[in-house]
Amino acid sequence: MADREERRFAEVPRESIRLMAESAGVELSDDVAALLTEDVCYRLREATQNSSQFMRHAKRRKLTVEDFNRALRWSNVEAVCGYGAQDTLPFRPIKEGDLFFVEDREVNLVELALATNIPKGCAETMVRVQVSYLDGKGNLEPQGTVPSAVQTLSDDLLKYYQQITRSILGEDPHLMKVALLDLQSNSKIAALLPYFVYVISGVKSVSHDLEQLNRLLHMVKSLVQNPYLYLGSYVRSLVSSVMYCILEPLAASINPLNDHWTLRDYAALLLSHIFWTHGDLVSGLYHQILLSLQKVLSDPVRPLCSHYGAVVGLHALGWKAVERVLYPHLPAYWANLQAVLDDYSVSNAQVKADGHKVYGAILVAVERLLKMKALSLSVNAEGGIGGLPRPGGIMGCRESSPGLSPPPEPLSEPGLGIASHLHAGGAGCPWEDWTPVPLPAMYCELYSFFGDSLAVRFSTGPSLGNSPPAPLAQPPTTRKELPGGTANLDTARKMPQLTANLNISPRQDGSPHGELTAPSMVSGRSLARSSSSSSVQRSRSSSSRPGQRPSGLSRDVFPKARFNPLPAGPPIFSFVIGGRQMGRRCQGRRFQTTFTPSQPLSAVSSRTYAHKLPVIGRVGKPVRRWTCSQYSLHLPL
Amino acid sequence: MAAVQDAPVEADNEKEIKTETLNDAAGNHASAAGGVIPSPPVASTSSSGPAKAGGPGSEEQQTLMAVLQFLKKNNFVGAVDVLRREAGILEDSDESQGQELAASALGGAEAGDATCTLSRASSCTTSTPAVAAAPAKGGEDQPDVNVVLSAYSQQGDPALYQGYYSGLKKFVESVLDCHRAELSQLFYPLFVHMYLELVYNNHETEAKAFFEKFSGDQECYYQDDLRVLSGLTKKEHMKGNETLLDFRTSKFVLRISRDSYQLLKRHLQERQNNQIWNIIQEHLYIDIFDGMPRSKSQIDSMSGSLAGEAKREANKAKVFYGLLKEPEIDVPLDDEDEEGENEEGKPKKKKPKKDSMGSKSKKQDPNAPQQNRIPLPELKDSDKLDKIMYMKEATKRIRLGPESLPSICFYTFLNAYQGLTAVDFTDDSSLIAGGFADSTVRVWSVTPKKLRSVKSAADLNLIDKESDDVLERIMDEKSASESKILYGHSGPVYGVSFSPDRNYLLSCSEDGTVRLWSLQTFTCLVGYKGHNYPVWDTQFSPYGYYFISGGHDRVARLWATDHYQPLRMFAGHLADITCTQFHPNSNYVATGSADRTVRLWDILNGNCVRIFTGHKGPIHSLAFSPNGKYLASGATDGRVLLWDIGHGLMIGELKGHTDTVYSLKFSRDGEILASGSMDNTVRLWDSIKAFDDIETDDFTAATGHIHLPENSQELLLGTYMTKSTPVIHLHFTRRNLLLAAGAYNP
Repeated sequence: MADREERRFAEVPRESIRLMAESAGVELSDDVAALLTEDVCYRLREATQNSSQFMRHAKRRKLTVEDFNRALRWSNVEAVCGYGAQDTLPFRPIKEGDLFFVEDREVNLVELALATNIPKGCAETMVRVQVSYLDGKGNLEPQGTVPSAVQTLSDDLLKYYQQITRSILGEDPHLMKVALLDLQSNSKIAALLPYFVYVISGVKSVSHDLEQLNRLLHMVKSLVQNPYLYLGSYVRSLVSSVMYCILEPLAASINPLNDHWTLRDYAALLLSHIFWTHGDLVSGLYHQILLSLQKVLSDPVRPLCSHYGAVVGLHALGWKAVERVLYPHLPAYWANLQAVLDDYSVSNAQVKADGHKVYGAILVAVERLLKMKALSLSVNAEGGIGGLPRPGGIMGCRESSPGLSPPPEPLSEPGLGIASHLHAGGAGCPWEDWTPVPLPAMYCELYSFFGDSLAVRFSTGPSLGNSPPAPLAQPPTTRKELPGGTANLDTARKMPQLTANLNISPRQDGSPHGELTAPSMVSGRSLARSSSSSSVQRSRSSSSRPGQRPSGLSRDVFPKARFNPLPAGPPIFSFVIGGRQMGRRCQGRRFQTTFTPSQPLSAVSSRTYAHKLPVIGRVGKPVRRWTCSQYSLHLPL
Repeated sequence: MAAVQDAPVEADNEKEIKTETLNDAAGNHASAAGGVIPSPPVASTSSSGPAKAGGPGSEEQQTLMAVLQFLKKNNFVGAVDVLRREAGILEDSDESQGQELAASALGGAEAGDATCTLSRASSCTTSTPAVAAAPAKGGEDQPDVNVVLSAYSQQGDPALYQGYYSGLKKFVESVLDCHRAELSQLFYPLFVHMYLELVYNNHETEAKAFFEKFSGDQECYYQDDLRVLSGLTKKEHMKGNETLLDFRTSKFVLRISRDSYQLLKRHLQERQNNQIWNIIQEHLYIDIFDGMPRSKSQIDSMSGSLAGEAKREANKAKVFYGLLKEPEIDVPLDDEDEEGENEEGKPKKKKPKKDSMGSKSKKQDPNAPQQNRIPLPELKDSDKLDKIMYMKEATKRIRLGPESLPSICFYTFLNAYQGLTAVDFTDDSSLIAGGFADSTVRVWSVTPKKLRSVKSAADLNLIDKESDDVLERIMDEKSASESKILYGHSGPVYGVSFSPDRNYLLSCSEDGTVRLWSLQTFTCLVGYKGHNYPVWDTQFSPYGYYFISGGHDRVARLWATDHYQPLRMFAGHLADITCTQFHPNSNYVATGSADRTVRLWDILNGNCVRIFTGHKGPIHSLAFSPNGKYLASGATDGRVLLWDIGHGLMIGELKGHTDTVYSLKFSRDGEILASGSMDNTVRLWDSIKAFDDIETDDFTAATGHIHLPENSQELLLGTYMTKSTPVIHLHFTRRNLLLAAGAYNP
């Protein structure tokens, strides 16, 4: 029987059966063993045949151990455990005897649990749509594989990873740029994501090297912007790295020559960026981050640079965060800051300089707070300011991620549920019993801290304050500065961010630009200014001081100006960013920047122009969604 | 002896109970057991002519005895009494008959001599006295039903089997060409039964030799079954082998023209070849028709199923395949500006309705079932709104055709390490659900609208119930996300189906349950238990409320969402039910099975009204054409077959796929049939042409012998390769954009 001419299927030899029986403590006679062998072989075949239907229904081509076990279970046989691994098990012979076995190494669980190497990427299951085959007759050539799927690391990927990290952390700035760009747009690197995230979490070890930190932050930005990457839970790790850069009193900040302020600003920008583009992933983190920021702010032992980070961080999270964390905390904090700023001793000079930084950051934050609050009030009151497409300016901001000023939240219901998080803060939250402060009261209180330096930020002409005709007088000039009508709408929308950006980075105070006189510049400036100011004048026209306004040019409420209907003639266009820090302490320091586009605007479409703006990192989310529509879930129907 | 006999008896008894539970739809044990017993040879055909003499009467008696014994063994005293009273059997005759039966069967099983040919087969074909000859041997052995039902017993010298078979082979080769193809059909069933007989009687070596000698002659599409057979070499193996159970309990159906049949009969009588004749009588059902013998290709196209072709009368019942009348709904105007132009509104109002509904709304389709044949749920306001949306969308629908093929959007499931096993889209293409091998069901929103669940009860108390936007307020904004995961099953989820109103989702799993999930709260509402084995597929009725499920237990069940027990059970398939589909008018369901047949069941009375044979592998996909007239089925053999439901005919064969066809879908107007397969392609077929080309003259309709045109290549409109992703679901949006889905696994 053993010597069949044709073996139709695998068979278990009689000796094996007897061996197994012996190991179970049963002695088998020859004929029993033969019968048993026969039966075992048959049952194995039967189970295998049954298991194939589980494979078919799982719509697979590969029969797995799992399928076999299911077949066993349904025929009331114990399943075989321990062979469910995805990888193939090596089947080895032993040289000495005719013995074959499946290699079954012992696994050290402790080692596995504490392993430092990162496990293979195991991303969320997701659905992506790919629109193909428009009215074609078919495509008979193989289409290759899905590009963005997570695969095991191939050699190519490994090489790519090495090259990218090397060039980002290396010496050559040009190479770095190329690497970052590629990281931003490469669709095939999903498998490398955990590795990059790991590299980025290395920020904590290079706190002495601002340059490296900066580069790592750039890497974060590139990853966040890559439309093909689904960050999933890795976003938490990225956020924690960014938070580190914002808040930690870095080793590098001991040396006043190191410009760690920029790093913090940039990190804050990145934070707001992450929140606005991946809000769905990080919404759970929002609360946590607010808490940690508040903790830093209320800790007087922390160095001023940490406080600075906390303020810009709050600012980055939006005006509501400022309102609920920074504003209530300000009276207490002010005393400390005042003490630092009032100390004119030489030994304190450094700290004092830091204090000014914090002062500036707070000023910018509360300015935004007041403006947004006023805007929200006026929108509520007037139902959207005279038919203005309400979030005109807001949309503009969001489209192109701003400088340090975060995109203002929608005034009504925030899309990402951030405000609702605030409402629903856990027990014991400091803002649990928070009641909104009315705007005038808030302004009064803030004015008591900042004095005129606050007021000047809302420079509104008296003509506007109480004379409505002013906007009507405006059109001739505004028309000139709003070239291209809708085509240039985008450009116009970008403006407020420029202003905001410079406002918030006080180190640019010394921008070497004098008072502007060229008409084009003036007009540009008025546009810039007007867009950042808003209809808040209503509430405090009395506080505005004509003398502090740089020129006598009347200024419009920006919505009216921006949406003026008809442009005329080719525009001469230049941008002015300017401001003046006036207050009790900063005696009228002015800062201004101008730049002109390299070509006449009419020749350049607004979009390409937008790309040239130096501080604008990227085109915003809506654009991105379309470019990556090939793999977005939403059908571009 | 008794001990040896007992163990298998016990085992078989269990099997018996299993089969019975499958059939207990009526709840009556007597009738249930009766259902298992093969019906007596059909007397209407002339085939049973010679056997008629003493056959049917004694056989019926025996069947009755078997049932009685079964009932007694299980202590159904009441049922025994009733049955006995109704059948008019006396107590003692029962006893003696039983013993006699047992003896006959036992004698057959243990002894090899030719005198003891006392099986049921011989008793009905040869002579009844033989039965009476052996009562002495019964002894105290408990007679049992399985012995009676086990049809295989020694019939002749095992060494002669090869001779019998090759003799028949020679004969078939010698007949005229026109008969040869028809008579060749005999080979496979004869081969199988002879082999099983040899195995059953412990002639292992003869069986092996027999198998090796003749297995090569069988048609290639029986390979799978042959593989199962070849593994089976001992009598013990036959217990519990489901494939064999099928062979023994059901008759293999052959269709042979009268001329060919006469030829065969004459040959067998001349040769005194009782062996083969007995098998034909016992296990084969020969459906004889008058007219031209069929050609080889005609036969090949219809054969391949586990139990041969369908009997002709199985497909004779009238099927109301027409669509139900759509309820009258006032369709508001398409868009506002039109309204602005035309104030009177009234005449305009009619127009879009006509366009979208076509003629079917105006008059009742003659082939349609009565509107209330199956009670259907009343339309809710939201359903009406949805209908209006549907009509609006329908007016924007693209007319497809060979010249204007649909665009295809492929939804790729990435990182589906756990294994994607099933996919469904809602009718309006707003949601997609996936069933996974890790027991989860995941739902994604395909539109930018995120999935939100209803607030908790405590929160719901707080909201203002009078407000206009209360429906918006009850939703929990915090729960919004792109996808939701539903946990509850304890085995791979093999089927998912959305309810038409998008409020519910059904899923069925290996754990034997079907679960109903709410898409408002994303929780499980009901677990329907009934299938005790894996459930392979489930499907909502197009009108909601009802759903069908089918699985490994070979029974399809019809459920209503508010009943925890099935309303109907459809039993008849000989192997797992692999896929289910509702007819568009909700009066019928189609089931595809691993026995390689498709059956159509009437929901009203639970009857099987159509049996379609012709597939050569387990069927994994079904699709009704939107007008309800046609059915398409796809199987592991990669072929798609088209069926005319009204006539019960195969009308087309679409060849092209190289692997299992897991998904089929007709476009919204039925012009295009899309098929998706494991071979990573989507193929589009010209269904209009396929349906037009068929010749349905009276003869074809009457005999069911069709000539399939070899036009697959002409009908194939396009082949679309995916990016190495098997296609497991297809869906046409309301505007005729084709959506396909599959999981990419490197």
